[in-house]
Amino acid sequence: MRVYSAVYIAGLRRYSTYRAATLAGILTNSVFGCINAAVLLALFSVRPLINGYDAADAVTQVFVCQALVATVAILGPPLDLGERIRSGAVGTDLLRPVPLLGWWLAEDMGRATFSIVFRGVPTLLIGTVLFDLLLPGTAGHWAAVLASVALAAVIGFALRYLYELAGFWILDTRGIWAVVGLVGPVAAGVLLPLPLFPPGVADVLRALPWASMIQIPAEITLGKESLPGGSAAGGLALQAGWAAALLLLGARLTSAATRKVVVQGG
Amino acid sequence: MTSAHSDDAVIEAVGLGRDFVLSEGPLFRRRRRTVAAVRGIDLTVRAGEVVGYLGPNGAGKSSTMKMLTGILTPTSGSLRVLGMEPARERTRLASHIGVVFGQRTTLWWDLPLKDSLELTRHMYRVPAADHARRLAELTGLLELGPFLATPVRQLSLGQRMRGDLTAALLHGPRLLVLDEPTIGLDVVSKATIREFLLRLNAEEGTTILLTTHDLGDVERLCDRVVVIDHGSLAYDGDLAGLRAAVPVPRVLVVDLAEPSPPLEVAGARFVRAEGPRQWLELEDNPSAVIARVAAGNEIADLTLREPDIEGVVAALYRGAEPRPA
Repeated sequence: MRVYSAVYIAGLRRYSTYRAATLAGILTNSVFGCINAAVLLALFSVRPLINGYDAADAVTQVFVCQALVATVAILGPPLDLGERIRSGAVGTDLLRPVPLLGWWLAEDMGRATFSIVFRGVPTLLIGTVLFDLLLPGTAGHWAAVLASVALAAVIGFALRYLYELAGFWILDTRGIWAVVGLVGPVAAGVLLPLPLFPPGVADVLRALPWASMIQIPAEITLGKESLPGGSAAGGLALQAGWAAALLLLGARLTSAATRKVVVQGG
Repeated sequence: MTSAHSDDAVIEAVGLGRDFVLSEGPLFRRRRRTVAAVRGIDLTVRAGEVVGYLGPNGAGKSSTMKMLTGILTPTSGSLRVLGMEPARERTRLASHIGVVFGQRTTLWWDLPLKDSLELTRHMYRVPAADHARRLAELTGLLELGPFLATPVRQLSLGQRMRGDLTAALLHGPRLLVLDEPTIGLDVVSKATIREFLLRLNAEEGTTILLTTHDLGDVERLCDRVVVIDHGSLAYDGDLAGLRAAVPVPRVLVVDLAEPSPPLEVAGARFVRAEGPRQWLELEDNPSAVIARVAAGNEIADLTLREPDIEGVVAALYRGAEPRPA
């Protein structure tokens, strides 16, 4: 286990070297948050309640989303793994006495930790200064949000790991990103909070893994009854299920890939 | 052979082969073609040997290296490295070998070199005291001191290579596999790395297998040379034996007093001329040829060139060329 914590810390330190990018990221997230919030406020001024969401719920989700979006990396960046598969550098990754999935998970959690603390928290703080957000009032509620964010980061990793792992078979994963870069943000509730979709559509999307990265953490923050089982526990269970299933699939495909597939390049 | 177990086979390959299936032709009419990258290789490397694995591009060197380290599964034959089956026991084998690919790095690009080296301690579960001792040793030998705190992306190629070598050796592997370890390095960096490898082999008995296109590496380092061509072994033995197996004639370089028409001398064949300088391939005893040239011409200077290993290997490749690829 020591090796994973060492890789986690190395990942954290690696991203901490990108200071200007972090500041630019906070600015981008805040500006997008303001624009989205303004649009939704205009909508809710016409219809004050849509499928259980009011204006404050929607604006809160917008800023939870902006705080989380870089951490779960739903819009990228892809894991370096894809480029390493394409160039054959993954060969050196496979020469370590450490399983590939665990190594990349540890590194990405280091990145996610840096991102949530130094990009997510400031973005949310800017949101609370500019708008009235509905944030949790108790320590227990905050703990549930924190757990949800952690699970969202694991799901974000597992999905990107699977996208890139496909590179062992199809070589270039940019096509996958072209599709998931469009579908992912819609299905996750980045583009619009899912309650703004027709209820049947929203229910289907809520059950898919992308919703577990943004929509479910937002609903846990808001304490919504639309969560699976009507409570935070149900939402966390759904997220944990996706995290486990996707990691398991990743592990299976990793061993299939390394057994059958050719490492590129001389 | 400084190792107490010098009879131990570190690498044992019997009939080792790897095929690749290529799809070619237009979509919907693709045909599959099987290409053998490596075929029927028998190779035994014993503890303490330094073996140069040579061959032209595409000969099957890298495929062999990948099979030895477990990242490519052989399609035929059997292979054991340190008693393990590499493809099946890749992760376990990785703890006992060190690998450096000259064109790749295992170091973390954005972090100081010492961070990557510290990480290897956890990766290979080396006790902290052993790690510190060995790191101090390698830092001294490879002169890492001045750039240990520098982010890897700012290192020169020579510095990075020394860092990569250190990362591959901190856990004290019994076998070191090097894929073009001196590629792109200047003369001084090459010399540093060669001296270091020789010392590692002499003092710790580390077995070294290296591929290279730099024949200086081979001449300086390898007591055994294995040449692969079109996927099969073309030669396995020492350097002197390789030179004997593929006789490449010695060349006499004659500087005449003034430019002259090509010399015609018994026992030598004219190769080319450049002003007053002429190159003659010797078929006979050099002293006899020199005497004959001197008899009819005024000689300003003379040099006798021994064939270098580059010429020998090239001749070996050419000899194998007529076989279908």
